[in-house]
Amino acid sequence: MSIDLQTVKKIASLSRISVSDAEAQAMVPELNNILGWVEQLGEVDVTGVQPMTAVIPNHQRLREDAVTDGDVRDKVLANAPQAEHGFFAVPKVIE
Amino acid sequence: MPNSTDKNALTDLTVAEIRDGFRGGAFSAREVAEAFNANVAAAKALNAFIVETPEKALEAADAADRAKAAGEALKPLAGVPIGMKDLFCTEGVQTTAASHMLEGFTPTYESTVSKKLWDAGAGMLGKLNLDQFAMGSSNETSYFGNVISPWKRKGGDNAALAPGGSSGGSSAAIAARLCPAATGTDTGGSIRQPAAFTGISGIKPTYGRCSRWGIVAFASSLDQAGPMARTVRDNAILLESMAGFDPKDSTSLDLEVPRWEAGLSSDLRGRKVGIPKEYRPDGLNAEIAALWDRGIEWLKDAGAEVVEVSLPHTQYALPTYYIIAPAEASSNLARYDGVRYGQRDLPDGAGLQDMYAATRAAGFGPEVKRRIMIGTYVLSAGFYDAYYTQAQKVRALIARDFELAFEKCDLLLTPTAPSASFALGEKQADPLAMYLNDVFTVPASLAGLPAMAVPGGLDAQGLPLGLQIIGRALDEQSVLNAGLAIEERAGFAARPEKWW
Repeated sequence: MSIDLQTVKKIASLSRISVSDAEAQAMVPELNNILGWVEQLGEVDVTGVQPMTAVIPNHQRLREDAVTDGDVRDKVLANAPQAEHGFFAVPKVIE
Repeated sequence: MPNSTDKNALTDLTVAEIRDGFRGGAFSAREVAEAFNANVAAAKALNAFIVETPEKALEAADAADRAKAAGEALKPLAGVPIGMKDLFCTEGVQTTAASHMLEGFTPTYESTVSKKLWDAGAGMLGKLNLDQFAMGSSNETSYFGNVISPWKRKGGDNAALAPGGSSGGSSAAIAARLCPAATGTDTGGSIRQPAAFTGISGIKPTYGRCSRWGIVAFASSLDQAGPMARTVRDNAILLESMAGFDPKDSTSLDLEVPRWEAGLSSDLRGRKVGIPKEYRPDGLNAEIAALWDRGIEWLKDAGAEVVEVSLPHTQYALPTYYIIAPAEASSNLARYDGVRYGQRDLPDGAGLQDMYAATRAAGFGPEVKRRIMIGTYVLSAGFYDAYYTQAQKVRALIARDFELAFEKCDLLLTPTAPSASFALGEKQADPLAMYLNDVFTVPASLAGLPAMAVPGGLDAQGLPLGLQIIGRALDEQSVLNAGLAIEERAGFAARPEKWW
Protein backbone atom coordinates (compact mmCIF):
# COMPACT_ATOMS: atom_id res chain seq x y z
CA MET A 1 0.00 0.00 0.00
CA SER A 2 1.62 3.24 -0.99
CA ILE A 3 0.44 6.74 -0.30
CA ASP A 4 0.41 9.67 -2.69
CA LEU A 5 0.46 13.44 -2.39
CA GLN A 6 -3.32 13.62 -1.97
CA THR A 7 -3.21 11.13 0.88
CA VAL A 8 -0.43 13.03 2.63
CA LYS A 9 -2.50 16.20 2.39
CA LYS A 10 -5.52 14.37 3.77
CA ILE A 11 -3.49 12.99 6.71
CA ALA A 12 -2.11 16.47 7.39
CA SER A 13 -5.62 17.85 7.37
CA LEU A 14 -6.88 15.12 9.75
CA SER A 15 -3.86 15.88 11.96
CA ARG A 16 -4.69 19.62 11.89
CA ILE A 17 -1.20 20.47 10.66
CA SER A 18 -0.96 22.87 7.75
CA VAL A 19 1.64 21.81 5.17
CA SER A 20 2.80 23.54 2.02
CA ASP A 21 2.80 21.65 -1.28
CA ALA A 22 6.58 21.34 -1.06
CA GLU A 23 6.42 19.96 2.48
CA ALA A 24 3.71 17.49 1.53
CA GLN A 25 5.75 16.41 -1.52
CA ALA A 26 8.80 15.79 0.68
CA MET A 27 6.72 13.71 3.08
CA VAL A 28 5.48 11.30 0.41
CA PRO A 29 8.70 9.20 0.21
CA GLU A 30 9.39 9.59 3.95
CA LEU A 31 6.02 8.29 5.03
CA ASN A 32 6.06 5.58 2.37
CA ASN A 33 9.42 4.33 3.63
CA ILE A 34 8.16 4.10 7.19
CA LEU A 35 4.79 2.58 6.26
CA GLY A 36 6.46 0.12 3.88
CA TRP A 37 8.71 -0.99 6.71
CA VAL A 38 5.94 -1.44 9.30
CA GLU A 39 3.86 -3.41 6.80
CA GLN A 40 6.06 -6.45 7.48
CA LEU A 41 3.77 -7.01 10.48
CA GLY A 42 1.20 -8.31 8.02
CA GLU A 43 3.21 -11.53 7.65
CA VAL A 44 2.82 -12.46 11.35
CA ASP A 45 0.24 -15.17 12.02
CA VAL A 46 -2.04 -13.70 14.66
CA THR A 47 -4.81 -16.28 14.42
CA GLY A 48 -6.64 -16.41 17.73
CA VAL A 49 -4.52 -13.69 19.32
CA GLN A 50 -6.36 -10.99 21.26
CA PRO A 51 -5.03 -7.45 20.75
CA MET A 52 -3.11 -6.34 23.81
CA THR A 53 -4.76 -3.54 25.73
CA ALA A 54 -2.83 -3.58 29.04
CA VAL A 55 0.78 -4.66 29.47
CA ILE A 56 0.58 -5.27 33.21
CA PRO A 57 -2.61 -6.82 34.59
CA ASN A 58 -4.31 -4.11 36.59
CA HIS A 59 -7.89 -3.60 37.64
CA GLN A 60 -9.85 -0.46 36.97
CA ARG A 61 -10.42 1.25 40.27
CA LEU A 62 -13.57 3.01 41.37
CA ARG A 63 -13.20 6.14 43.42
CA GLU A 64 -15.63 7.72 45.76
CA ASP A 65 -18.06 9.94 43.87
CA ALA A 66 -16.93 13.11 45.57
CA VAL A 67 -15.59 16.48 44.47
CA THR A 68 -11.85 16.43 45.03
CA ASP A 69 -10.69 19.19 42.73
CA GLY A 70 -11.81 22.43 41.20
CA ASP A 71 -12.12 26.11 42.07
CA VAL A 72 -8.86 26.76 40.24
CA ARG A 73 -10.14 28.78 37.31
CA ASP A 74 -7.28 31.22 37.27
CA LYS A 75 -4.71 28.43 37.41
CA VAL A 76 -6.40 26.68 34.51
CA LEU A 77 -6.36 29.88 32.47
CA ALA A 78 -2.86 30.94 33.53
CA ASN A 79 -1.15 29.53 30.42
CA ALA A 80 -3.84 30.33 27.86
CA PRO A 81 -2.60 32.24 24.82
CA GLN A 82 -5.72 34.38 25.20
CA ALA A 83 -8.14 34.43 28.13
CA GLU A 84 -10.94 36.95 28.61
CA HIS A 85 -13.53 37.37 31.37
CA GLY A 86 -12.53 34.05 32.91
CA PHE A 87 -12.82 32.10 29.66
CA PHE A 88 -10.52 30.75 26.98
CA ALA A 89 -10.82 33.00 23.94
CA VAL A 90 -10.86 31.65 20.37
CA PRO A 91 -11.51 33.22 16.97
CA LYS A 92 -15.14 33.78 16.10
CA VAL A 93 -16.75 30.44 15.17
CA ILE A 94 -20.35 31.55 14.52
CA GLU A 95 -21.18 34.31 12.06
CA MET B 1 35.33 11.52 52.09
CA PRO B 2 36.80 14.51 50.31
CA ASN B 3 37.95 17.62 52.03
CA SER B 4 34.97 19.97 52.21
CA THR B 5 36.80 22.70 50.32
CA ASP B 6 37.50 20.54 47.28
CA LYS B 7 34.58 21.37 45.00
CA ASN B 8 35.66 19.05 42.20
CA ALA B 9 35.71 16.12 44.56
CA LEU B 10 32.15 16.92 45.67
CA THR B 11 30.83 16.69 42.11
CA ASP B 12 32.58 13.34 41.66
CA LEU B 13 30.51 11.81 44.47
CA THR B 14 27.65 9.42 43.90
CA VAL B 15 24.18 10.00 45.32
CA ALA B 16 24.88 7.50 48.12
CA GLU B 17 28.18 9.23 48.96
CA ILE B 18 26.55 12.66 49.01
CA ARG B 19 23.70 11.43 51.19
CA ASP B 20 25.99 9.65 53.63
CA GLY B 21 28.71 12.33 53.64
CA PHE B 22 26.16 15.03 54.37
CA ARG B 23 24.68 12.97 57.19
CA GLY B 24 28.11 12.24 58.62
CA GLY B 25 29.07 15.91 58.60
CA ALA B 26 31.86 15.66 55.99
CA PHE B 27 30.33 18.62 54.12
CA SER B 28 27.18 20.71 54.11
CA ALA B 29 24.32 20.34 51.65
CA ARG B 30 24.96 23.93 50.56
CA GLU B 31 28.55 23.11 49.61
CA VAL B 32 27.30 20.27 47.43
CA ALA B 33 24.62 22.38 45.75
CA GLU B 34 27.09 25.21 45.12
CA ALA B 35 29.60 22.82 43.58
CA PHE B 36 27.04 21.36 41.17
CA ASN B 37 25.56 24.79 40.40
CA ALA B 38 29.05 25.92 39.41
CA ASN B 39 29.52 22.93 37.12
CA VAL B 40 26.13 23.53 35.50
CA ALA B 41 26.91 27.21 34.93
CA ALA B 42 30.26 26.35 33.35
CA ALA B 43 28.92 23.73 30.92
CA LYS B 44 26.84 25.79 28.49
CA ALA B 45 28.71 24.16 25.60
CA LEU B 46 26.94 20.86 26.32
CA ASN B 47 23.48 22.51 26.13
CA ALA B 48 22.23 19.92 28.61
CA PHE B 49 19.87 22.27 30.45
CA ILE B 50 16.96 24.26 29.03
CA VAL B 51 16.41 26.08 32.33
CA GLU B 52 18.89 26.30 35.21
CA THR B 53 17.46 26.62 38.71
CA PRO B 54 20.44 27.15 41.03
CA GLU B 55 18.17 28.87 43.56
CA LYS B 56 16.01 25.74 43.85
CA ALA B 57 19.07 23.60 44.51
CA LEU B 58 20.27 26.01 47.20
CA GLU B 59 16.81 26.25 48.77
CA ALA B 60 16.59 22.46 49.20
CA ALA B 61 20.19 22.35 50.44
CA ASP B 62 19.55 25.03 53.03
CA ALA B 63 16.45 23.19 54.21
CA ALA B 64 18.56 20.04 54.61
CA ASP B 65 21.29 21.91 56.48
CA ARG B 66 18.73 23.51 58.80
CA ALA B 67 17.05 20.16 59.48
CA LYS B 68 20.41 18.63 60.30
CA ALA B 69 21.40 21.52 62.60
CA ALA B 70 18.06 21.20 64.40
CA GLY B 71 18.60 17.48 64.88
CA GLU B 72 15.48 16.60 62.87
CA ALA B 73 15.06 13.29 61.09
CA LEU B 74 16.60 13.69 57.64
CA LYS B 75 14.69 12.90 54.46
CA PRO B 76 16.01 10.08 52.26
CA LEU B 77 17.48 12.42 49.62
CA ALA B 78 18.39 15.30 51.95
CA GLY B 79 21.40 17.13 50.57
CA VAL B 80 21.18 15.56 47.09
CA PRO B 81 20.70 17.89 44.10
CA ILE B 82 19.40 16.33 40.86
CA GLY B 83 18.50 17.25 37.30
CA MET B 84 14.87 17.03 36.10
CA LYS B 85 14.11 16.04 32.52
CA ASP B 86 12.04 18.84 30.98
CA LEU B 87 9.18 16.45 30.36
CA PHE B 88 8.09 16.57 34.03
CA CYS B 89 5.78 19.45 34.88
CA THR B 90 7.34 21.60 37.59
CA GLU B 91 5.20 24.20 39.30
CA GLY B 92 6.36 27.71 38.48
CA VAL B 93 9.25 26.52 36.30
CA GLN B 94 8.92 26.47 32.50
CA THR B 95 8.21 22.98 31.13
CA THR B 96 8.61 22.64 27.36
CA ALA B 97 9.17 18.98 26.39
CA ALA B 98 11.92 20.66 24.32
CA SER B 99 9.24 22.00 21.96
CA HIS B 100 8.41 25.41 20.60
CA MET B 101 4.76 24.47 21.20
CA LEU B 102 5.24 24.62 24.97
CA GLU B 103 7.81 27.41 25.07
CA GLY B 104 6.87 29.62 27.99
CA PHE B 105 4.45 27.08 29.49
CA THR B 106 4.71 27.40 33.26
CA PRO B 107 2.78 24.64 35.00
CA THR B 108 0.56 25.54 37.93
CA TYR B 109 1.02 22.04 39.31
CA GLU B 110 3.83 19.57 40.02
CA SER B 111 4.18 16.12 38.44
CA THR B 112 3.78 13.27 40.92
CA VAL B 113 7.29 11.90 40.36
CA SER B 114 9.02 15.27 40.74
CA LYS B 115 6.92 16.07 43.81
CA LYS B 116 7.92 12.78 45.39
CA LEU B 117 11.58 13.60 44.79
CA TRP B 118 11.26 17.09 46.32
CA ASP B 119 9.30 15.65 49.24
CA ALA B 120 12.20 13.21 49.72
CA GLY B 121 14.53 16.18 50.11
CA ALA B 122 16.14 16.37 46.67
CA GLY B 123 16.88 19.78 45.15
CA MET B 124 16.48 20.79 41.51
CA LEU B 125 19.53 21.96 39.54
CA GLY B 126 17.46 22.64 36.43
CA LYS B 127 15.33 21.29 33.61
CA LEU B 128 17.21 18.99 31.27
CA ASN B 129 17.09 19.13 27.50
CA LEU B 130 15.65 16.18 25.54
CA ASP B 131 14.36 15.20 22.14
CA GLN B 132 11.21 17.13 21.30
CA PHE B 133 8.24 15.47 23.06
CA ALA B 134 10.72 12.65 23.82
CA MET B 135 10.71 11.61 20.14
CA GLY B 136 14.25 10.82 19.06
CA SER B 137 17.35 8.79 19.82
CA SER B 138 20.08 11.42 19.53
CA ASN B 139 18.71 14.59 21.12
CA GLU B 140 18.74 16.28 17.72
CA THR B 141 15.01 17.06 17.63
CA SER B 142 15.00 19.56 20.53
CA TYR B 143 13.71 23.02 19.64
CA PHE B 144 16.39 24.33 22.02
CA GLY B 145 19.28 22.81 20.11
CA ASN B 146 21.27 19.61 20.26
CA VAL B 147 22.71 18.32 23.49
CA ILE B 148 26.41 17.57 22.93
CA SER B 149 27.84 14.47 24.55
CA PRO B 150 30.78 15.18 26.86
CA TRP B 151 32.52 12.18 25.25
CA LYS B 152 34.88 12.48 22.27
CA ARG B 153 36.36 9.78 20.11
CA LYS B 154 40.00 9.26 20.98
CA GLY B 155 42.79 10.20 18.61
CA GLY B 156 41.91 13.86 18.17
CA ASP B 157 38.59 13.35 16.35
CA ASN B 158 36.71 16.43 17.43
CA ALA B 159 33.28 15.42 16.07
CA ALA B 160 30.37 16.40 18.34
CA LEU B 161 28.74 13.16 19.46
CA ALA B 162 25.17 12.28 20.33
CA PRO B 163 24.37 11.79 24.04
CA GLY B 164 21.55 9.45 23.00
CA GLY B 165 17.88 10.23 23.33
CA SER B 166 15.41 11.10 24.29
CA SER B 167 16.90 11.64 27.79
CA GLY B 168 20.07 13.14 26.29
CA GLY B 169 20.30 16.14 28.60
CA SER B 170 20.07 13.77 31.56
CA SER B 171 22.77 11.41 30.27
CA ALA B 172 25.16 14.19 29.23
CA ALA B 173 24.74 16.08 32.51
CA ILE B 174 25.43 13.01 34.64
CA ALA B 175 28.45 11.90 32.60
CA ALA B 176 29.86 15.44 32.75
CA ARG B 177 29.34 15.66 36.54
CA LEU B 178 26.78 18.46 36.27
CA CYS B 179 24.46 16.43 38.48
CA PRO B 180 24.90 13.16 40.39
CA ALA B 181 21.59 11.80 39.10
CA ALA B 182 18.61 12.82 37.03
CA THR B 183 15.16 11.72 36.03
CA GLY B 184 14.52 10.18 32.65
CA THR B 185 11.53 8.79 30.87
CA ASP B 186 11.57 5.72 28.66
CA THR B 187 9.01 4.96 25.97
CA GLY B 188 11.13 2.71 23.73
CA GLY B 189 14.60 3.07 25.23
CA SER B 190 14.90 6.75 26.15
CA ILE B 191 16.57 6.03 29.49
CA ARG B 192 18.64 3.01 28.51
CA GLN B 193 20.11 4.05 25.15
CA PRO B 194 21.38 7.46 26.38
CA ALA B 195 22.78 5.79 29.49
CA ALA B 196 24.69 3.36 27.26
CA PHE B 197 25.97 6.18 25.03
CA THR B 198 27.43 8.11 27.97
CA GLY B 199 28.75 5.36 30.25
CA ILE B 200 26.16 5.65 33.02
CA SER B 201 23.33 3.49 34.38
CA GLY B 202 19.58 3.88 34.16
CA ILE B 203 16.53 1.77 34.87
CA LYS B 204 13.09 1.74 33.31
CA PRO B 205 10.90 0.13 35.98
CA THR B 206 7.86 -2.03 35.33
CA TYR B 207 5.09 -0.10 33.56
CA GLY B 208 2.91 1.38 36.30
CA ARG B 209 5.58 1.66 39.03
CA CYS B 210 6.03 5.41 38.53
CA SER B 211 3.06 7.69 38.09
CA ARG B 212 2.71 9.29 34.68
CA TRP B 213 0.68 12.16 36.14
CA GLY B 214 2.22 15.48 35.16
CA ILE B 215 4.65 13.99 32.66
CA VAL B 216 4.07 15.40 29.16
CA ALA B 217 2.52 12.39 27.43
CA PHE B 218 4.04 10.72 24.36
CA ALA B 219 2.72 7.13 24.14
CA SER B 220 0.74 6.41 27.27
CA SER B 221 0.83 2.60 27.17
CA LEU B 222 4.65 2.73 27.02
CA ASP B 223 5.79 5.87 28.88
CA GLN B 224 7.55 5.14 32.17
CA ALA B 225 9.71 7.38 34.33
CA GLY B 226 12.93 6.13 35.86
CA PRO B 227 16.22 7.30 37.31
CA MET B 228 19.62 7.73 35.66
CA ALA B 229 22.84 7.89 37.65
CA ARG B 230 26.42 6.65 37.66
CA THR B 231 25.89 3.59 39.87
CA VAL B 232 23.31 0.85 40.29
CA ARG B 233 22.95 1.73 43.98
CA ASP B 234 22.09 5.34 43.09
CA ASN B 235 19.42 4.11 40.70
CA ALA B 236 17.92 1.98 43.49
CA ILE B 237 17.93 4.97 45.86
CA LEU B 238 16.26 7.30 43.37
CA LEU B 239 13.71 4.76 42.19
CA GLU B 240 12.52 4.18 45.76
CA SER B 241 11.60 7.85 45.98
CA MET B 242 10.05 8.03 42.48
CA ALA B 243 7.86 4.93 42.54
CA GLY B 244 4.57 4.38 44.29
CA PHE B 245 0.83 4.32 43.82
CA ASP B 246 -0.88 7.44 42.53
CA PRO B 247 -4.67 7.57 42.24
CA LYS B 248 -4.27 10.29 39.60
CA ASP B 249 -2.80 7.78 37.10
CA SER B 250 -5.29 5.06 36.16
CA THR B 251 -2.44 2.68 35.22
CA SER B 252 -0.50 3.25 38.44
CA LEU B 253 0.16 0.01 40.33
CA ASP B 254 -1.27 -0.09 43.83
CA LEU B 255 1.70 -1.90 45.36
CA GLU B 256 4.17 -1.26 48.15
CA VAL B 257 7.49 0.16 46.97
CA PRO B 258 10.20 -2.42 47.71
CA ARG B 259 13.33 -1.40 49.63
CA TRP B 260 15.49 -1.86 46.56
CA GLU B 261 18.66 -0.37 48.02
CA ALA B 262 18.53 -2.57 51.12
CA GLY B 263 17.87 -5.56 48.87
CA LEU B 264 20.96 -5.06 46.69
CA SER B 265 23.10 -8.18 46.36
CA SER B 266 25.46 -9.17 43.57
CA ASP B 267 25.35 -12.83 44.60
CA LEU B 268 23.51 -14.46 41.69
CA ARG B 269 23.84 -18.08 42.79
CA GLY B 270 20.70 -19.97 41.90
CA ARG B 271 19.65 -17.41 39.30
CA LYS B 272 19.27 -18.27 35.64
CA VAL B 273 20.13 -15.71 33.00
CA GLY B 274 18.73 -16.16 29.50
CA ILE B 275 20.58 -15.08 26.38
CA PRO B 276 18.04 -14.42 23.63
CA LYS B 277 19.48 -15.73 20.41
CA GLU B 278 17.46 -13.30 18.26
CA TYR B 279 19.42 -10.39 19.77
CA ARG B 280 22.55 -11.61 17.95
CA PRO B 281 21.65 -10.91 14.32
CA ASP B 282 24.12 -11.32 11.48
CA GLY B 283 26.18 -8.20 11.29
CA LEU B 284 25.99 -7.37 14.99
CA ASN B 285 28.83 -4.96 15.79
CA ALA B 286 31.80 -7.17 16.80
CA GLU B 287 32.75 -5.05 19.79
CA ILE B 288 29.16 -5.14 21.08
CA ALA B 289 29.11 -8.93 20.62
CA ALA B 290 32.43 -9.24 22.50
CA LEU B 291 31.13 -7.09 25.37
CA TRP B 292 28.01 -9.23 25.54
CA ASP B 293 30.23 -12.31 25.86
CA ARG B 294 32.16 -10.66 28.68
CA GLY B 295 28.84 -9.83 30.36
CA ILE B 296 27.89 -13.50 30.20
CA GLU B 297 31.17 -14.42 31.91
CA TRP B 298 30.66 -11.75 34.58
CA LEU B 299 27.22 -13.09 35.44
CA LYS B 300 28.56 -16.67 35.56
CA ASP B 301 31.30 -15.42 37.87
CA ALA B 302 28.58 -13.96 40.11
CA GLY B 303 27.07 -17.44 40.37
CA ALA B 304 24.36 -17.31 37.71
CA GLU B 305 23.61 -20.14 35.33
CA VAL B 306 23.41 -19.00 31.72
CA VAL B 307 20.93 -20.54 29.27
CA GLU B 308 20.02 -19.77 25.69
CA VAL B 309 16.43 -18.68 25.14
CA SER B 310 14.36 -17.65 22.14
CA LEU B 311 12.17 -14.57 21.69
CA PRO B 312 10.91 -15.44 18.21
CA HIS B 313 8.97 -12.23 17.52
CA THR B 314 11.90 -9.91 18.28
CA GLN B 315 12.25 -8.74 14.68
CA TYR B 316 8.69 -7.42 14.74
CA ALA B 317 9.15 -5.32 17.87
CA LEU B 318 10.38 -2.16 16.16
CA PRO B 319 7.68 -2.02 13.46
CA THR B 320 5.07 -2.77 16.16
CA TYR B 321 6.45 0.09 18.24
CA TYR B 322 6.42 2.46 15.27
CA ILE B 323 2.70 1.86 14.82
CA ILE B 324 1.63 1.92 18.47
CA ALA B 325 3.79 4.82 19.67
CA PRO B 326 2.83 7.21 16.83
CA ALA B 327 -0.84 6.17 17.14
CA GLU B 328 -0.86 7.06 20.82
CA ALA B 329 1.19 10.19 20.16
CA SER B 330 -1.26 11.43 17.52
CA SER B 331 -4.02 11.13 20.09
CA ASN B 332 -2.05 12.60 23.02
CA LEU B 333 -0.69 15.52 21.04
CA ALA B 334 -4.16 16.50 19.81
CA ARG B 335 -4.33 18.60 23.00
CA TYR B 336 -1.97 21.20 21.52
CA ASP B 337 -4.60 23.34 19.89
CA GLY B 338 -3.44 26.86 20.67
CA VAL B 339 -6.39 27.39 22.98
CA ARG B 340 -5.57 26.24 26.49
CA TYR B 341 -1.79 26.48 26.78
CA GLY B 342 1.30 26.76 24.66
CA GLN B 343 1.80 28.60 21.41
CA ARG B 344 -0.93 30.03 19.22
CA ASP B 345 -0.50 31.02 15.62
CA LEU B 346 -3.48 33.01 14.39
CA PRO B 347 -3.07 34.16 10.80
CA ASP B 348 -5.02 37.26 9.81
CA GLY B 349 -8.67 36.47 9.36
CA ALA B 350 -8.20 32.81 10.32
CA GLY B 351 -11.01 30.76 11.75
CA LEU B 352 -10.71 28.13 14.46
CA GLN B 353 -9.68 25.26 12.17
CA ASP B 354 -7.05 27.41 10.44
CA MET B 355 -5.72 28.44 13.83
CA TYR B 356 -5.32 24.81 14.90
CA ALA B 357 -3.47 23.92 11.71
CA ALA B 358 -1.23 26.99 11.77
CA THR B 359 -0.47 26.58 15.47
CA ARG B 360 0.51 22.94 15.05
CA ALA B 361 2.54 23.63 11.91
CA ALA B 362 4.56 26.28 13.74
CA GLY B 363 4.74 24.56 17.13
CA PHE B 364 5.89 21.04 16.21
CA GLY B 365 9.24 20.02 14.75
CA PRO B 366 9.57 17.72 11.70
CA GLU B 367 9.96 14.43 13.65
CA VAL B 368 6.93 15.20 15.82
CA LYS B 369 4.84 16.03 12.74
CA ARG B 370 6.04 12.84 11.06
CA ARG B 371 4.94 10.71 14.01
CA ILE B 372 1.61 12.46 14.45
CA MET B 373 0.88 11.89 10.76
CA ILE B 374 1.94 8.23 10.83
CA GLY B 375 -0.26 7.78 13.88
CA THR B 376 -3.19 9.56 12.27
CA TYR B 377 -2.86 7.38 9.20
CA VAL B 378 -2.71 4.03 11.02
CA LEU B 379 -5.76 5.01 13.09
CA SER B 380 -7.78 6.33 10.16
CA ALA B 381 -10.90 4.67 8.81
CA GLY B 382 -10.08 1.72 6.60
CA PHE B 383 -6.54 1.25 7.91
CA TYR B 384 -7.12 0.81 11.64
CA ASP B 385 -7.37 -2.98 11.60
CA ALA B 386 -4.56 -3.57 9.13
CA TYR B 387 -2.11 -1.47 11.10
CA TYR B 388 -3.17 -0.71 14.65
CA THR B 389 -5.13 -3.84 15.58
CA GLN B 390 -2.49 -6.01 13.92
CA ALA B 391 0.24 -4.23 15.92
CA GLN B 392 -1.69 -4.75 19.16
CA LYS B 393 -1.90 -8.46 18.36
CA VAL B 394 1.81 -8.72 17.55
CA ARG B 395 2.49 -6.83 20.77
CA ALA B 396 0.63 -9.59 22.63
CA LEU B 397 2.87 -12.16 20.92
CA ILE B 398 6.01 -10.22 21.90
CA ALA B 399 4.85 -10.13 25.52
CA ARG B 400 4.11 -13.87 25.35
CA ASP B 401 7.65 -14.51 24.06
CA PHE B 402 8.97 -12.98 27.29
CA GLU B 403 6.54 -14.96 29.44
CA LEU B 404 7.69 -18.20 27.86
CA ALA B 405 11.36 -17.24 28.18
CA PHE B 406 10.87 -16.45 31.87
CA GLU B 407 9.70 -20.01 32.42
CA LYS B 408 13.31 -20.98 31.69
CA CYS B 409 15.21 -18.11 33.30
CA ASP B 410 14.92 -15.23 35.77
CA LEU B 411 16.63 -12.50 33.78
CA LEU B 412 17.76 -11.69 30.26
CA LEU B 413 21.10 -10.19 29.27
CA THR B 414 21.42 -8.29 25.97
CA PRO B 415 23.34 -5.34 24.55
CA THR B 416 21.66 -1.98 25.18
CA ALA B 417 22.18 -0.42 21.76
CA PRO B 418 23.48 -1.72 18.42
CA SER B 419 26.35 0.78 18.32
CA ALA B 420 28.30 3.27 20.40
CA SER B 421 27.40 6.95 20.17
CA PHE B 422 27.52 8.41 16.67
CA ALA B 423 28.30 11.89 15.42
CA LEU B 424 25.51 14.45 15.44
CA GLY B 425 24.01 14.73 11.96
CA GLU B 426 25.19 11.26 10.96
CA LYS B 427 21.78 9.55 11.08
CA GLN B 428 19.43 12.48 10.97
CA ALA B 429 18.67 12.31 7.28
CA ASP B 430 17.15 8.85 7.53
CA PRO B 431 14.38 8.41 10.12
CA LEU B 432 14.46 4.62 9.75
CA ALA B 433 18.20 4.39 10.49
CA MET B 434 17.58 6.44 13.63
CA TYR B 435 14.68 4.21 14.71
CA LEU B 436 16.98 1.14 14.56
CA ASN B 437 18.87 2.47 17.60
CA ASP B 438 16.08 1.17 19.77
CA VAL B 439 16.12 -2.38 18.40
CA PHE B 440 17.27 -3.94 21.70
CA THR B 441 15.30 -1.70 24.07
CA VAL B 442 11.86 -1.57 22.44
CA PRO B 443 10.78 -5.20 23.09
CA ALA B 444 10.90 -4.82 26.90
CA SER B 445 8.98 -1.55 26.57
CA LEU B 446 6.23 -3.22 24.57
CA ALA B 447 5.97 -5.89 27.27
CA GLY B 448 6.07 -3.36 30.14
CA LEU B 449 9.05 -5.12 31.75
CA PRO B 450 11.73 -3.61 33.99
CA ALA B 451 15.01 -3.14 32.13
CA MET B 452 18.28 -1.52 33.01
CA ALA B 453 21.39 -0.31 31.19
CA VAL B 454 24.80 -0.57 32.85
CA PRO B 455 28.14 0.43 31.32
CA GLY B 456 30.38 -2.48 30.38
CA GLY B 457 33.45 -0.95 28.78
CA LEU B 458 34.84 1.24 26.02
CA ASP B 459 35.08 0.42 22.33
CA ALA B 460 38.16 0.93 20.17
CA GLN B 461 37.18 4.58 19.64
CA GLY B 462 37.18 5.11 23.41
CA LEU B 463 33.38 5.37 23.63
CA PRO B 464 31.18 3.65 26.24
CA LEU B 465 29.13 0.54 25.48
CA GLY B 466 26.31 -0.73 27.66
CA LEU B 467 24.66 -3.99 28.61
CA GLN B 468 20.95 -4.38 29.23
CA ILE B 469 19.28 -6.57 31.83
CA ILE B 470 15.57 -7.32 31.47
CA GLY B 471 13.54 -8.83 34.30
CA ARG B 472 10.11 -10.19 35.03
CA ALA B 473 7.33 -7.71 35.67
CA LEU B 474 7.75 -6.16 39.17
CA ASP B 475 11.15 -7.80 39.67
CA GLU B 476 13.28 -4.65 39.60
CA GLN B 477 15.29 -6.13 42.46
CA SER B 478 16.74 -8.94 40.35
CA VAL B 479 17.46 -6.49 37.53
CA LEU B 480 19.32 -4.16 39.91
CA ASN B 481 21.20 -7.07 41.46
CA ALA B 482 22.42 -8.38 38.12
CA GLY B 483 23.32 -4.80 37.21
CA LEU B 484 25.37 -4.60 40.39
CA ALA B 485 27.13 -7.88 39.58
CA ILE B 486 28.12 -6.47 36.18
CA GLU B 487 29.11 -3.11 37.65
CA GLU B 488 31.43 -4.75 40.20
CA ARG B 489 33.12 -6.88 37.55
CA ALA B 490 33.26 -4.38 34.69
CA GLY B 491 34.96 -1.86 36.95
CA PHE B 492 33.90 0.88 34.56
CA ALA B 493 35.76 4.00 35.71
CA ALA B 494 36.21 5.83 32.41
CA ARG B 495 34.95 9.40 32.25
CA PRO B 496 34.95 12.01 29.52
CA GLU B 497 37.92 14.34 29.50
CA LYS B 498 36.72 17.87 30.20
CA TRP B 499 36.70 20.07 27.06
CA TRP B 500 33.60 22.17 27.69
